[in-house]
Amino acid sequence: MSLTDSDTRTLPTGIAPIRIVWVATLAALVLLWMLAQNVEWIADPESVVTIPLAGWISDAVKWLANDLTFGLFTFKDLTRALAWLLEIPLTVFITLLSSGAEIPLGGESSLTLPPIPWFSILLAVTWLCWVWGGRRLLLLAAASLVYLVVFGQWESAMVTLSSILVAVPVGVAGGMALGIWAYRSERVSRGLTPVLDLMQTVPIFAYLVPVLVLFGFGPVSAMIATVIYAMPPMVRVTMMALRGVSPELLEFGRMAGCTRRQMLWRILLPSARPSLMIGVNQVIMLSLNMVIIASMIGAGGLGYDVLASLRRLEIGDGLQAGLAITLLAILIDRMSQAYIAYRESPTATRRAQGVNNWAMIGGLVLVSYVVGFVFPSLSTYPEALTLDTSPFWDELVRLINVHLYTYLDAVKNTLLIYLLVPVKRFMLDVPWLAVTLLLGVVGWRLGGLRMALVVAAMAAFIALTGNWQKAMVSVYLCGISVIIASLIGIGWGLIAARSERAYKIAVTSVDTLQTLPSFVYLIPVVMLFQVGDFSAMIAIVLYALAPAVRYTAHGLRRIPSETLEAGRMSGCRPRQMLWRVRLPLALPEIALGVNQTIMMALSMLVITALVGTSDLGQEVYIALTRSSVGHGIVAGVCVAFIGMIADRLITAWVARRKKQFRIN
Amino acid sequence: MNDVSQPADAAAPAPASDDPVRETKLSCRGLWKVFGADEAQAKDVIRQNGGAPGREALEEQGLTAAVRDANIEVQTGEIFVIMGLSGSGKSTLIRCLSLLLQPTSGELIFDGRDLLGCTDDELIEIRRHKMGMVFQHFALLPHLTVLGNVAFPLEIQGIPRAEAEERAARMIELVGLDGRERDYPSGLSGGQQQRVGIARSLATEPELWLLDEPFSALDPLIRREMQDEFLKLQKMLNKTIVFITHDFDEAIRLADRIAIMHSGDIVQVGTPEDLVVRPVDDYVREFTSDVSRAKVLSARTLMRPADEGATFAGDIAPNARVIDFAAQAVEAAQPLAVRSRSGQLLGQVDREAVIRVLAEAQ
Ligand SMILES: Nc1ncnc2c1ncn2[C@@H]1O[C@H](COP(=O)(O)OP(=O)(O)OP(=O)(O)O)[C@@H](O)[C@H]1O
Ligand SMILES: [Mg+2]
Repeated sequence: MSLTDSDTRTLPTGIAPIRIVWVATLAALVLLWMLAQNVEWIADPESVVTIPLAGWISDAVKWLANDLTFGLFTFKDLTRALAWLLEIPLTVFITLLSSGAEIPLGGESSLTLPPIPWFSILLAVTWLCWVWGGRRLLLLAAASLVYLVVFGQWESAMVTLSSILVAVPVGVAGGMALGIWAYRSERVSRGLTPVLDLMQTVPIFAYLVPVLVLFGFGPVSAMIATVIYAMPPMVRVTMMALRGVSPELLEFGRMAGCTRRQMLWRILLPSARPSLMIGVNQVIMLSLNMVIIASMIGAGGLGYDVLASLRRLEIGDGLQAGLAITLLAILIDRMSQAYIAYRESPTATRRAQGVNNWAMIGGLVLVSYVVGFVFPSLSTYPEALTLDTSPFWDELVRLINVHLYTYLDAVKNTLLIYLLVPVKRFMLDVPWLAVTLLLGVVGWRLGGLRMALVVAAMAAFIALTGNWQKAMVSVYLCGISVIIASLIGIGWGLIAARSERAYKIAVTSVDTLQTLPSFVYLIPVVMLFQVGDFSAMIAIVLYALAPAVRYTAHGLRRIPSETLEAGRMSGCRPRQMLWRVRLPLALPEIALGVNQTIMMALSMLVITALVGTSDLGQEVYIALTRSSVGHGIVAGVCVAFIGMIADRLITAWVARRKKQFRIN
Repeated sequence: MNDVSQPADAAAPAPASDDPVRETKLSCRGLWKVFGADEAQAKDVIRQNGGAPGREALEEQGLTAAVRDANIEVQTGEIFVIMGLSGSGKSTLIRCLSLLLQPTSGELIFDGRDLLGCTDDELIEIRRHKMGMVFQHFALLPHLTVLGNVAFPLEIQGIPRAEAEERAARMIELVGLDGRERDYPSGLSGGQQQRVGIARSLATEPELWLLDEPFSALDPLIRREMQDEFLKLQKMLNKTIVFITHDFDEAIRLADRIAIMHSGDIVQVGTPEDLVVRPVDDYVREFTSDVSRAKVLSARTLMRPADEGATFAGDIAPNARVIDFAAQAVEAAQPLAVRSRSGQLLGQVDREAVIRVLAEAQ
């Protein structure tokens, strides 16, 4: 509200009528609230009408799965064929990396082919890391892989890695193909953009439900969900990267007489490669995140280990597997980034000059495989040398509960009683019509009639599909978390903007925070605070912190130094500099950061369903466990709509503000 | 033949008038390029106004003409410079000539062939073999080495890599970049990058060479050096050249003929001397006012009929520029003789006439 207030003040004409609009809105809100006591449909949308959308969707998907046929083959055949196609490479990788194979030689005898032994992968990966990133990356790789081996996480990690190794190329290729198509056809691009928007705001679980119904439970469906989830950013990055290719280069291509295909493969794609690589990195990170979560529909691997121990509340095991995921994620991220930098660096400065990398790795793997084959005892890390720290962690949790319980519980209860519960009550109390009206008016002031209608329609959709109560719980949990995360994040951003070093530290920590799959955040939170809204809030705050820090620091740092000097010369004290000059100028950027924080909070919100919340996320989670597609999708779309309402309003506000200041 | 020219100026433009009559390589007639919402609508407006709509008629429809009714004839082997201020439509015109932009209306003849009637495949063939273009910001492919960049247009045609690279290496040597073949463009200076651009555009041995402000992104010193080398190259290769610049000094240094553009119109076409001596309007006069006349005036303009039985201090060609023979003329007591290639006496240039031109330049 305060955002729009400051806005109206600066409008040169019609100040009085705008005041009247707000006063009238306020009056209407109060009136609605009072009426809500007596008139049921103002308070309770379900008494108006509930659109049985969920049922329709479920029926439609059932029809898809059971009855749809294209003449020669049915839809089911199609999904099976797709699954089969993906299953082949996945099986190959799992066989190679984790399970090995038994080849029957006729009769009783069979040949046991062990998987590629751990030391062989260790050697190959550390070699690559050294070539791409030097000693630091080598140390990181060695430490991470040794951890996986010594702490008995190797096999699970290799299963997870296999999924990544299949999902990433498929996601990248698919995303690029769609992106190229959209680049070439304006119509496709216009159709695709809103779909991508929606796909990136629909919570992660919502993808799992239809995939589960159409493809069944198992590693392949998990991978399909992963690919679908990880692809949208690649599509977007491809579109942007291709559009960013300089027009002169395109003209050169035409003057050189390139055909359409040569233009794509020899000019567009290679010269867009640096930007495309950023997309590839995103696909990798999203795949990793999703592969962990997709353990719910049978992905196996490290994600399954975490999920299982969370369900059994065995914190020690969960922590060990969680740490493995964390290390794997950081390692893969750093490796892909090092590779990008390596490709961009001049050939002369590269390490291992004159060595054919792939031949080298092939050789390493081959030799060590033969060694492992001849001495099978070497190829599996001896059970006896495996360390298990879970008893230690379990003991630690016990100790925390014994000694710190009172303090932690006091903090938790204070916040619950004085903050969380009252806000929750309030949110559940506000009549849906009042919220919709308010959103409409704010939308109208910020972006005109169209925006007002869109925003109000989304709110009404949530109400009329019977999700209002749960949505309000989501808004409450998410809202509080976003406020806390923004406060911490903006504060940290302010500190980070003060010096180059602080900035570096902040960026590195924030990068690392963002690398971790969202699942991992649940483990320490549950360890300290058990399950419930409070734990969920902490996890959300931790997960959603990053963009607020990054955008604040960035926004403050990009203020032109001349402006700051002008401020200093007009005699501003440091405090005045901050409040009068720096913050107002950085505000649009900060608002974008908060916007991102909201998106991340919403995506984490759904995952916190695992630690017992009672909101839309829980709704999706329940739908997942019951394979009820309609409910899952509708609840997922409701979460997406909450995000999109916030996004539309904030972006409109930022655009206005920037226009006022003529910042671009 | 050009006996007065100093060795340093060996690169001076070849005499246009003394050469045998050249044929037209590329010409356009009534060429329009209109930007705006709807090209079909633009076509209608042009037709309704008898092929020459005023600015208002177009603006009413929300259209802007970047090139208006352009008529030019570029002759084989000449350097045809198009010049004008920023936004005057030079790039648009050259892009219409190469069909990178589809002209809204008009006629475009290359080698006696109607370009606008070509199919896409024919156009690709023409571009692969007959046209080369150099771009203002070099437009090098960042992922290829110098050698790879120069060989690119050849490889596109399906020429085997070894042969393409061999031909490319020759071009690289021609522009003086030998030794840098394995470097990536990002490691080169602006001047070197443009040399790669030039080598690349010449690799296919095109007949028509198009250059869109090739030196504008370079430092003044480098620019001069590149201009000299450009002229040297042209002396060797004798291409038909359309060269764009917004720098009049560059234009007079390089051009056989110049076309001056002003908000889409071609205001005047002529030799540098024509533009200085006989500007068609104030716009052209304004443009040429800063030019030192000694650089453009030729002996032919300055001479008067030779006196009966006069003795001369030396001979000069009719197209020699004042700046080239000024020292000779001022130091000598006698006038200079202007003689055609065959040695025929055309007239004489007096010391006073030269001094007058030099004084004006101050
Ligand atoms: N794609 C386009 N759409 C609309 N207008 C255009 C387009 N391209 C060029 N114009 C307009 O046409 C006019 C001529 O542009 P052009 O690029 O040909 O100028 P120029 O003489 O090459 O200028 P410069 O020296 O800056 O390169 C300009 O007013 C420009 O705004
Ligand atoms: Mg231009």
